[in-house]
Amino acid sequence: MKLELRGITKRFGSLTANDHIDLVIRSGEIHCLLGENGAGKSTLMNVLYGLHQADEGEILLDGVAQRFAGPGDAMNAGIGMVHQHFMLIPVFTVAENMMLGDEPTRGGGVLDLDAARGRVREISERFGFDIDPDAVVGDLPVGVQQRVEIVKALSRDARILVFDEPTAVLTPPEIDELMAVMRRLRERGTAIVFITHKLREVREVADRITVVRLGKVVGEAPPTAGDAELASMMVGRAVELTVQKAPARLGDAALALRDLSVIDARGQYVVSHVDLVVRRGEILAIAGVQGNGQTELTESILGLQPRVEGSITLDGVELVGRTPRQILDAGVGFVPEDRTVDGFVAEFTIAENLMLDRTNGAPFVRAGALQLDAIEMFARAAISEFDIRAQGIDTHVGRLSGGNQQKVVLARELNRELRLFVAAQPTRGVDVGSIEFIHKRIVRTRDAGVPVIVVSTELDEVVALADRIAVMYRGGIVGVVPGDTPRDVLGAMMAGVTPQAVAT
Amino acid sequence: MRQDTLRSHRVLREILGGNAVVSVLAIGLALLVGSILVVFTDPEVQAASGYLFARPADTVRAVGDAIGGACSALFQGAVFNGTRAGWANQIKPLTETLTVATPLIAAGLGVSVAFRAGMFNIGGRGQMLIAAAVAGWISWSFPMPHLLHMLVCVLGAMVGGALWGGLAGVLKARTGAHEVIVTIMLNYVAFYLVSFLLRTPGALQAPGSANPKSPAALDTAVMPTLSDLLGVGSFRLHAGFILVVAATILIWWVLNRSGVGFRFRVVGENPNAARVAGIDVKRVYLVAMMMSGGLIGLAGASQVLGTTTTGFGSGIDAGIGFDAITIALLGRSRPWGVFASGLMFGALKTGGYAMQAAQAVPIDLVLVVQSVIVLLIAAPPLVRAVFRLPAPAATTLPHRAPKAVNR
Repeated sequence: MKLELRGITKRFGSLTANDHIDLVIRSGEIHCLLGENGAGKSTLMNVLYGLHQADEGEILLDGVAQRFAGPGDAMNAGIGMVHQHFMLIPVFTVAENMMLGDEPTRGGGVLDLDAARGRVREISERFGFDIDPDAVVGDLPVGVQQRVEIVKALSRDARILVFDEPTAVLTPPEIDELMAVMRRLRERGTAIVFITHKLREVREVADRITVVRLGKVVGEAPPTAGDAELASMMVGRAVELTVQKAPARLGDAALALRDLSVIDARGQYVVSHVDLVVRRGEILAIAGVQGNGQTELTESILGLQPRVEGSITLDGVELVGRTPRQILDAGVGFVPEDRTVDGFVAEFTIAENLMLDRTNGAPFVRAGALQLDAIEMFARAAISEFDIRAQGIDTHVGRLSGGNQQKVVLARELNRELRLFVAAQPTRGVDVGSIEFIHKRIVRTRDAGVPVIVVSTELDEVVALADRIAVMYRGGIVGVVPGDTPRDVLGAMMAGVTPQAVAT
Repeated sequence: MRQDTLRSHRVLREILGGNAVVSVLAIGLALLVGSILVVFTDPEVQAASGYLFARPADTVRAVGDAIGGACSALFQGAVFNGTRAGWANQIKPLTETLTVATPLIAAGLGVSVAFRAGMFNIGGRGQMLIAAAVAGWISWSFPMPHLLHMLVCVLGAMVGGALWGGLAGVLKARTGAHEVIVTIMLNYVAFYLVSFLLRTPGALQAPGSANPKSPAALDTAVMPTLSDLLGVGSFRLHAGFILVVAATILIWWVLNRSGVGFRFRVVGENPNAARVAGIDVKRVYLVAMMMSGGLIGLAGASQVLGTTTTGFGSGIDAGIGFDAITIALLGRSRPWGVFASGLMFGALKTGGYAMQAAQAVPIDLVLVVQSVIVLLIAAPPLVRAVFRLPAPAATTLPHRAPKAVNR
């Protein structure tokens, strides 16, 4: 079986998302589609899956031209998709989710749940998955939910499986398991398209690598190609993967968390009894698998969590119990973890977003009136200083790429007198070129004597930036270790093993 | 909870996010539907179509007559009637349109302010009734000098409307109660409260009367009319229109040029980002609801002090609170858009009566046109499909699916 994409071109208005892309996918191999965010990988796969119609080009399956009007046609042709954001219904069981869209029925339209359960068991067995057909999907760990997606695609007899950024939501052990699953599928003759922008994963499983940049195929590479080679193909120039930084010049302790706990709406301690000190001029990275309390910890510093116990002091001033407004005014800069939800207003212009958290007074508001000149001047300066690629200051932020959106957020937060800078996942969903820029700015903020907290689930980022690393696990701090701690120690700590135990 | 807020906001954003072209096309399409109805209900067209194939020209002529007659009646009834004697009589229809449009624009502005802050204010009726009661009560109970009395009454009406609207705002901010439910319920509370007061001697009921009707406003509180100013004609157009123009300018400034309005818009577009940016979202909900109710209160004042000055009943709101929602949608919640669509609705209402009188076209037709406009505005994709307009370019939509699932 052989799938061939020939000269696929897809335009959205003036933007050419795919420009004459050729791609050949064969049974029994893992084909990596590597490229930055916005390079056109997902668009290409949406064309393949029938979600978009190509403006030019054709799709051939075993030499026969295909026309997919919708995902239904693609599925019938044997193409399955595992989406980045799972298309599952959390309150349904695995079996119910699996039959969605193709419900087997008995006489009189009664759902045949037994048939669905049998199908889940049969496929799980064939591929060595361990999935309970009666488990409710919402209760399953993310990695297992993803496997349900895979089983769902396989149940429709998919011979070509497309994985769209599958590792973004997984923990490192889950990523390893996913890789094993992909290899097993390959051995059983499934063709796999693996979309990603993470170099390490590519080298691990890929049989062939196609690099896409700005909607075009820039070349193929063997799996033996080095990181630097692949990265430079992706961005079109050599990239520094490590951050150049001088040793930290430590000042006084500025931020102190004492016995800090955060309680969620259900009464659970999502952060429990955390003690941390951040000194002026250092970057403290908070590492850990997502969902271990990092989000709540940073939000509690900004006063966004309703139930907080313990104390947070910045330069001796207590922050617990203050409103976000007061905390921002106390000199805290904050880059939220999910910028599209918390960081900006997509429908607002760059200029408007740059004044989002300063609507109460000078320089942008005087006597209740917006100061349009000041806003415009500030926006122009920020665009050039932060290298924000946009048509102008009136471009809507929702239309920018992830990296440029993040630069807008960063420009807003760093252009104030700061006494503390908190950046959560500063480079998530950001292209390689922007990552470098953002890291440099974070280091420069540190060098200006500001205490910095960086929360990241990417070990590469943690290791590159941190002067000290605190690892979080289940709401607590497992340990605080120096920035040059080996990765395997950090990995063990992320699974809850204390550094002392790792050492012995 | 965050997900829910986002979802209801997204509906609003989609409705308000379309451009003016969609509004204009919706009006055009609605008028087309209206003309078709005029044609099919016209007795001459029906008669002529009986022998359509024998003499098709008759049918064509009848159709032309029906549409032409309706259009000219609408124009004569709403803008300018050249068949009357004297310029004052000729422009009377235009002043009638402006009179009818005055409360519609004021209330439309009120609904827009709530829309821009991400809230549906369906409570226009209740806010108008309370405002009318307050304005009325001041207007006959407290003699004051000319103009001052009127302004105090207007202020009272706006405060009344603001408090009634603010009630929904407080409940939303404090308890998370959805403003749609609360404002709808407060409509009933206001209606029965005012009805009760109108039946209670010593409250709002006119002394010596058995009807549920208020006393007439004192002359000092009545808004001066255009006739008072010019000394000619019998124009009903009153000073409320000037207040409404001023309100439009003010609201334009507030929404586009002030820090308060900026915060309204941030909350309306993305309450989560607003919260992280240190904006007090609950306070914005309260202030926006009060401002919204205050503007709707201005509509109430215009009714009591401008249009129905001889005493009012519990129907004084005249459905304006609901028409205001349509007007705000049609005007995309932009102050001058609301002003324009308020004028158009005023013209439709005024001209509709003339159409009924001159051409026997049922007044309900105007309602049909209004309803079709609502339908088309609420479904921009439908209008785009009809006219083959391109869909607006996709912006990055907030998604946090994994977070919702994996806890």
